[in-house]
Amino acid sequence: MSKTLLDIRNLRLSFFTPAGEVKALNDVSIKMEEGEVLGIVGESGSGKSVTAYSIMGLTAHPGKIVGGTIDFNGHRINDMTEEEMRKIRGNEVSIIFQDPMTSLNPVYTIGNQIMEVILLHTNKDKKEAYDRAVELLRLVGINEPEKRMKQYPHELSGGMRQRVMIAIALACEPKLLIADEPTTALDVTIQAQILELMIELKNKLGMSIIMITHDLGIVANMCQKIAVMYAGKIVEYGTTDEIFYNPKHEYTKGLLRSIPKLSDKDHKKLVPIEGTPVDMLNPPAGCPFAPRCESCMKICLSKMPPYTDITDSHYSACWLLQKEEFDQKGGRP
Amino acid sequence: MTEKKNPFSFQLDASDFLPADKEEKQGLVVMRQSVSFWRDGLRRFRKNKIAMVSLVVIILIMIFAFVMPSFYPYSYEQQIRGSENLAPMEYSAEELALIEQGIDVFPHILGTDSLGRDTMVRLMMGSRISLLVGIVASILVLLIGSIYGSVAGYFGGKVDMIMMRLVDIIYTVPDILIIILLMVTLKYPLQNLADTVPAFSWINTIGVGLICIFIVFALLYWVGMARIVRSQILTLKEQEFVTAAKALGAGHGRIIRKHLLTNCMGTLIVTTTLQIPSSIFTESFLSFIGIGVAAPMPSLGSMAAQAIGGITSYPYRLLAPAIMISLIILSFNLIGDGLRDAFDPKLKN
Amino acid sequence: MANYVIKRVLLAIVTLWLVATITFALMNMVPGGPFLAEKAPSEATLKALNEKYGLDQPLIVQYKNYMGKVLKGDMGPSLKQRGRTVNQIIANGFKVSARLGGLSVLLAILIGVPLGSVAALNRGKWIDNVIIVISTCGIAVPSFVVSTVLMMIFSVKLDLLPTYGLSSPLHYIMPVMALSFYPSSYITRLMRSSMLEVLGQDYMRTANAKGLSRFKMLFKHALRNAILPVVTYLGPLLAYTLTGSFVIEKIFTIPGLGNDFISSIVNRDYMLIMGTTIFLAALIIVMNLLVDIAYKLIDPRIKLK
Repeated sequence: MSKTLLDIRNLRLSFFTPAGEVKALNDVSIKMEEGEVLGIVGESGSGKSVTAYSIMGLTAHPGKIVGGTIDFNGHRINDMTEEEMRKIRGNEVSIIFQDPMTSLNPVYTIGNQIMEVILLHTNKDKKEAYDRAVELLRLVGINEPEKRMKQYPHELSGGMRQRVMIAIALACEPKLLIADEPTTALDVTIQAQILELMIELKNKLGMSIIMITHDLGIVANMCQKIAVMYAGKIVEYGTTDEIFYNPKHEYTKGLLRSIPKLSDKDHKKLVPIEGTPVDMLNPPAGCPFAPRCESCMKICLSKMPPYTDITDSHYSACWLLQKEEFDQKGGRP
Repeated sequence: MTEKKNPFSFQLDASDFLPADKEEKQGLVVMRQSVSFWRDGLRRFRKNKIAMVSLVVIILIMIFAFVMPSFYPYSYEQQIRGSENLAPMEYSAEELALIEQGIDVFPHILGTDSLGRDTMVRLMMGSRISLLVGIVASILVLLIGSIYGSVAGYFGGKVDMIMMRLVDIIYTVPDILIIILLMVTLKYPLQNLADTVPAFSWINTIGVGLICIFIVFALLYWVGMARIVRSQILTLKEQEFVTAAKALGAGHGRIIRKHLLTNCMGTLIVTTTLQIPSSIFTESFLSFIGIGVAAPMPSLGSMAAQAIGGITSYPYRLLAPAIMISLIILSFNLIGDGLRDAFDPKLKN
Repeated sequence: MANYVIKRVLLAIVTLWLVATITFALMNMVPGGPFLAEKAPSEATLKALNEKYGLDQPLIVQYKNYMGKVLKGDMGPSLKQRGRTVNQIIANGFKVSARLGGLSVLLAILIGVPLGSVAALNRGKWIDNVIIVISTCGIAVPSFVVSTVLMMIFSVKLDLLPTYGLSSPLHYIMPVMALSFYPSSYITRLMRSSMLEVLGQDYMRTANAKGLSRFKMLFKHALRNAILPVVTYLGPLLAYTLTGSFVIEKIFTIPGLGNDFISSIVNRDYMLIMGTTIFLAALIIVMNLLVDIAYKLIDPRIKLK
């Protein structure tokens, strides 16, 4: 019986900007067991990174949690002080970011930056920290680790830098690793290597991973569960199989449709999702995806759709599902 | 895991589930107009209150310096006997006598100096000199620098290398030292020229000192601008619209003028505007140490220098040019900053 | 790296030579020679003086002789301050100016770096606005204005500080303040914008994600990066301080190198003009070179080029 590692309930988060309140997260709920790999999929601005950052208390100013709770590894995150959060960051939960080129400090050596997090959270002395850092570099598949320890970030390739970031993230054996678009800035071949590495490490160390990406191809291989986000809301949630073979939300369907497949024999046109993302300053009263939805109904424009369960593990927020139920009941409320 | 809402609570009916039409969906989509580069930049500049205020201040100072002296009852070199060292608004004995007789005597608002010259009108002339130097020098820098820089950047290769070596040398030379030396020594040949060759007699009307300053700036200060323009051109010339222009048969000059320089306009404007206070600063510095425009033409710097001696008894003589020069430099700086914020696309948010 | 250093050293030498030659040429463009301004010397005296100082030789010969001597470190005798060599005068003047300049640079850095950082860390708050306003005004006010205003307030009105010379620590206060006013403001602005840029960098986010304290993030990660532009500014800062001293030394009657330079021009002391120009130019050029090399050493990104 695996333990619940992460329990986010009805999280609402807004950015209080000079232009107004930007409602970035609108009632987001996520539950993760230990050892699980969850994929969060969505386009830019959907709130996927904001959700992940809020777990670590890294929400950028002027963002604030305005509702809901975050429970992680026994901590009530949204109630914790900055002091307390610092003990967890890099320690029980780590994150690797999108752009490895800029995520490392250019004026310090690789060794310095890895040892920094080890010395911060453990009782190891300098020598032990050094050894551990070398071990980590080997773990993430970097050859000649002692040599690398003395090198600077600009001397390493993009792929190697991302491996270093992974090494830093894993240094204190976190329970949860958050990967925010870790391969977007890398070549496709390197991408595959990094993802393979992550799966390998997950199996070895038994940690959970949240994989944030806009690329459905990545989640297909790695993740057991997928959350599809749009405009600060989870619009569909299910196992990988359920999402890929039985998508229920029009947005999910659109995402799946827009993936070009090598197997397409005839020259099929790429199918984009029409329209532009929603204005988060003045979000519409109804379903945020409505203006871009092919099957948009009148009620979609005025009322936010509720969550409808499809199976025990699969649910989606769409009026079409409500319509199905409605029709089944014979058209009477 | 899900909050299964009771459909009853929504009061749904069949009509809710009818498909929505295009117009209803359009209403929720927000479109942003596209604006032209200039209009957008000017709009942003106008929103910048500090920059607008500075612009107004400069315009007022320009009126003060260029227009008012024509209407002022005193002139800058006019020495009024008996009116030496007057305090602000004070009248000399002779002037009081005139007033008794019913003649209007315009007051010396800022008093007079040791030679009986009205300080206010000298302040106006000094400001005029500063503004002239600032603007003319900056235009010279702009012209020379951008032509030099664009030629170097556009042609590249050996041409670029030689031209930039020259720039490096001039850049390394400590400019103030050379400027001071040039100011001191150029006077003579220039004066000679003005006196002997009739075609150059206009030099005397403007003043040898002023011409010296212009020459010196033109010789040394264009290098900064050249470097900036060159780097802009280097980035721009790789872009496709240049290849397109070439394919259409445009000549080098046309490409440089029409396509490349117009695209760096934003940077050029900002750099030139910020060059103005720098030039004014240098001019006042030179005048202060005694190497600037020649007496009796006043400069804000030389006025300040002369006022030090009487600092205890006549503080106004120091404060007036000091405040004026600081105000001019500050305003131009703020306008330049405002222009940079308005036209720099990188800072757009 | 070695390539770069060699290139820069060559450039420095060429520039220095150019400066010396230009100065020599300019000196000889001024009609009348150095002795005409004095109480009308007789023909014979004039001839003797010219002969003594080698001024009757053709220009090219004078030039060669002079350059030769300078390369050996001998700048010749002063034409107006009889009995003293240019080397002596420069040495004395430099001691004074160096002290003044050094203190000003130190003060500018000690004020500018913290103030700029504080402003960046409190972006948008009132303290940031105050610092921006003060530093923006600070770079607009010429040094002679600052000096004279300071003098007016502290010497004339309040009678607290002396205005003449450098004989006591109290004497240093106003000149140093006046000379460091512009650099302090400039460094403040520079530090602020540099720090703002650094704070927005991804590696700061990584540092935060590691769980580092704000103190560590600021002093270890941010400062080291943010201070790089300030290091680059040290070269021009030095040039400014040297030339700014002309004004300061004149106002506060300080017997420094700046004063020597200006008065040598006024007095037409050719040898002294040449000497001080070459010395000052050399100083500026060498310091710029050192700062550029130092910068390349500090920033590991450029180390290996």
